[in-house]
Amino acid sequence: MSRPAPPAAIRRSKMPKKERVDQLVDHLFRHQAGRLAANLTRALGPERLDLVEEVVQDALIQAMRTWPYQGLPENPGAWIFRVARNRAVDLIRREQSLQGREESLRLWCRQSAELQERRPARFANEVDDDQLRMIFTCCHPLIPRPSRVALTLKILCGFSVAEIARAFLSQESAIAQRLVRAKRSIRSKGIPFEVPDAAQLPDRLDSVLDVLYLVFNEGYGAHQGEELVRRDLVGEAIRLAELLGDRPLSGLPQVQALAALMLLHAARLPSRQREGELVLLADQDRSLWDASLIARGLARFRASLRGRERSRFHVQAAIAVTHLKAGSWEETDWPEILQLYDQLLDVADSPVFALNRCVALSFVRGPNEALSQIQPLQKNSKLKDYYLLYATIADFHRRLDDPRQASLYYRKALELPCSQPERRFLMNKLREADK
Amino acid sequence: MPKYFLLLHEKEGRFTQFSPEEIQNVIEEYHAWGQGLEKSGNLLLSHKLTEDAGRSLSGSEEGMIVDGPFSETKEVVGGVFLIEAEGYDQAVELCRDCPHLGYGGRIEVREVEI
Repeated sequence: MSRPAPPAAIRRSKMPKKERVDQLVDHLFRHQAGRLAANLTRALGPERLDLVEEVVQDALIQAMRTWPYQGLPENPGAWIFRVARNRAVDLIRREQSLQGREESLRLWCRQSAELQERRPARFANEVDDDQLRMIFTCCHPLIPRPSRVALTLKILCGFSVAEIARAFLSQESAIAQRLVRAKRSIRSKGIPFEVPDAAQLPDRLDSVLDVLYLVFNEGYGAHQGEELVRRDLVGEAIRLAELLGDRPLSGLPQVQALAALMLLHAARLPSRQREGELVLLADQDRSLWDASLIARGLARFRASLRGRERSRFHVQAAIAVTHLKAGSWEETDWPEILQLYDQLLDVADSPVFALNRCVALSFVRGPNEALSQIQPLQKNSKLKDYYLLYATIADFHRRLDDPRQASLYYRKALELPCSQPERRFLMNKLREADK
Repeated sequence: MPKYFLLLHEKEGRFTQFSPEEIQNVIEEYHAWGQGLEKSGNLLLSHKLTEDAGRSLSGSEEGMIVDGPFSETKEVVGGVFLIEAEGYDQAVELCRDCPHLGYGGRIEVREVEI
């Protein structure tokens, strides 16, 4: 069967085939939405975030209505920015509230387009700076804390309300409320779109790191939520921490330490489950650990050691490094880890850290000693729904050959919220204890 | 081989609530489908049509009547594909896994008279 080749003029795309991309980079739209929102906010101001979001969404939808017919463009990211700038110009005609700013907005559109075209590297740099400003705006201490998290995920990470709700097991209406509150705070309190000056930076940075750590933990903790969304949370927390770490203004030691801590933990994720079942650190296949994440994490850790600051993130990262250094579970340097937990409790008093310290203690001085030190934690109200406390106590009893006590505490743990793999794991342990 | 126009009808505002990640997934699905047609040699051309509903022309005793644009029209043709197929059966078969159908769109298949 032969057919004449279609004349060049009606081939699928105007662009020669080799210049088109074959597929999109993972999460391109999500990340481009964040970059675009930040860049646009510089022109429109943080008090008009609703408008910014509308333009971003329009641009992404435009891509969806165009690319199926024209193929993927040579530079998909640049295409989205270009369409968004055209939309912004349309907005000027439509929005009364923008009157008086038309000229400056038009000027911004022109300059930004030219920069993107002629000096893409510098443009990328500027957009990163805009994202940095956006991080400080979204995580401003004058915004209520839960709203900071929601706003960061929505604006900087391109999550939808539905996706945030799934990640945090919340109602969509509750998340939407948090976003409304966040934007209202920005307007009513005049929260600026800028990186704070040196005097304010440490405090403002604390608030940013707090948000990123929360997002990371929500993704990393295997307690609830959908697996896929949670992995995305880990990825986004790392992306933003590395962005902060790479900018000269914000790349302070505690930022590098947080990035290191996240990367080193994320590196162990592939070994944490086997065929859907939970695998404890002791039994994990260490060859599954992600070498490239470890390398990035160790580089960040080295960068964090410049200067004198030793934040809680430094100590937590050091603990992760100690675990990674051990070629096997048996080679783990528990005395070193115990000593690091002592340091950690000096800088950050948290019952979860105290619980982890007891685990380290049990491998240095035995489960008996650990058991006596873990008892007071049972009275801590912050741990009252924390199944790991009871699972840990149960494990100490198991190691002390006291299956009756172990069984009792496994049952207690099972009464508390945990994921399905965790539940199955505890049920297995309980069965063994009851034998 | 016979040629067929595929007219992809869509409803306005289908995707406004989609997240960036979901939008990217939709694009990737369409792209995979289009590439499949390209690889099998069935695809001749494709064009997106502009967002307005265009003009509808008709004649009357006074001459030509121009209707539209129809802002009230809920369904528009988003774009067209021109493909080659052995017959309607194959043309329809090639559309079977088009993501357009999965997202509430409608595809009109018309054979080109030669």
